[in-house]
Amino acid sequence: MRYGFHHGKDLCEISRRENIPVSEIMLRNEMEKSERSREEILREMHSNLVVMRESIKKGLDENETPHGLFTGGDAVKLMSFAKQSSMGTDMAEVVASAMAVVEFNAAMGKIVAAPTAGASGILPAVLIVCGEKKGFDDEKICRGLFTAGAIGCIIAKNACIAGASGGCQAETGSAAAMAAGALAELCGADVSVVLDAAAMALKNIMGLVCDPVGGLVECPCIKRNAIGAANAILSCDLALAGIKSLIPFDEVVEAMQRVGCQMHSDLKETARGGLAATPTAQKLSERLM
Amino acid sequence: MKEYGVFDLIGPQMIGPSSSHTAGAARLGGVAYRLANRKIKKARVTLYGSFADTGKGHGTDKAIVAGLLGLSPDDSRLRDSLQLAAEQKKDITVEFSGQSMNHPNTARIVVEDEKGRVIDLLGASVGGGSIEIQGINGMEVSFGCEYPTILIFHRDRPGVINKVTGVLAEEKINIAFMRVFRNSRWQNACMIIETDGEIRSELLEHIRKEAEDVTEVCML
Repeated sequence: MRYGFHHGKDLCEISRRENIPVSEIMLRNEMEKSERSREEILREMHSNLVVMRESIKKGLDENETPHGLFTGGDAVKLMSFAKQSSMGTDMAEVVASAMAVVEFNAAMGKIVAAPTAGASGILPAVLIVCGEKKGFDDEKICRGLFTAGAIGCIIAKNACIAGASGGCQAETGSAAAMAAGALAELCGADVSVVLDAAAMALKNIMGLVCDPVGGLVECPCIKRNAIGAANAILSCDLALAGIKSLIPFDEVVEAMQRVGCQMHSDLKETARGGLAATPTAQKLSERLM
Repeated sequence: MKEYGVFDLIGPQMIGPSSSHTAGAARLGGVAYRLANRKIKKARVTLYGSFADTGKGHGTDKAIVAGLLGLSPDDSRLRDSLQLAAEQKKDITVEFSGQSMNHPNTARIVVEDEKGRVIDLLGASVGGGSIEIQGINGMEVSFGCEYPTILIFHRDRPGVINKVTGVLAEEKINIAFMRVFRNSRWQNACMIIETDGEIRSELLEHIRKEAEDVTEVCML
């Protein structure tokens, strides 16, 4: 396949050969594989964008703040605090939006898994909220989702994207890497900078365990999406500033896979270790029975 | 190595909170719904392992019932499915079992369609919304419903496969994957055919007509 890729180095090669960005490689790869037209694929992606945007809005609705069993209402709190935020109003708003999506998800709202439901807040927050602040239109944001997809495909093929296989690094870590690389491309970076941004996002949270209280996608998932969105923007900025990842993206993904294998199963979505094993979590979980 | 497409990473659209415990569960219910020819009278659902332990908090019960009512995993009515089932006068119960199974996210769904035909389905939600059907009417099977899938119940006789694949060839439908399972020699068997193209309902009629040892044809 002309646009087939397994590793970051394949993206570099195709990008150089065809003189196209990562998003275009992903789009042509999908056309090649699914035998569907460019328009059809773009339409489907745009429909995902519409659902993502709606999930942010619903999650931030002050009149109907979504609640899970243990959590809810925190996104609205941060949004109201954004003007006083030490990390800057824009960043606070992006982070609040990431939390909003996962709060809405916990309340059985409609979201787009990106790459999973537990990490569904990071891409919408970074690409839509940060993107709109930069004046990106829907077409451009959709392009970013293709870039994100390409990075995600490489992680899924060579490591994993499920908390049960690789811990939280595989879920919110992958989402942050996808978002960091996507934002970098939308800011005009070339493929090597895109991969550096993704690599740094993964490095920043390598080894992060998946320890959901009561086994539910609430605590600490909502706040892990908060730090995931911040991680993505930070990693993108590092890469755009010309800072390189000492370890190349493909090797970071391999390392993440090894760490995931070494991780004890108590720390991979089974709710038997980490925060899930604390006395408070145990007490809260009893309420579920 | 599994081939990933862009929409495996950006998608699917789904009702939260969990791709395995909610979206995957809804898909399992959907398979039972289609096996019962989209006309369910009664269903007995049993949830095992992590489905039983955290199913309440993840809405696994609501998701499976939504699937049994023919709702897709991204249908917002999913969260009200128990009420919807009661309104439609469907006799559906969900039980949470303490028994352990091979896969932690396992469900057993016994459905009865309006003609009184009973189907016993065993399936697992294997992550990211993907599912694996592991048993049908006590027969061990394995398929994931990632492709348009035809399920053919038949008697274990020479030539049945030839006739069925002959019809598919005639209709120019390419088989992506195909597996045949049986209880024992000459007894009940089941063909699972995953195709590249969409399957029209006339095709199922055609298969029924051509192969007399076919007892039931379903499209999933």
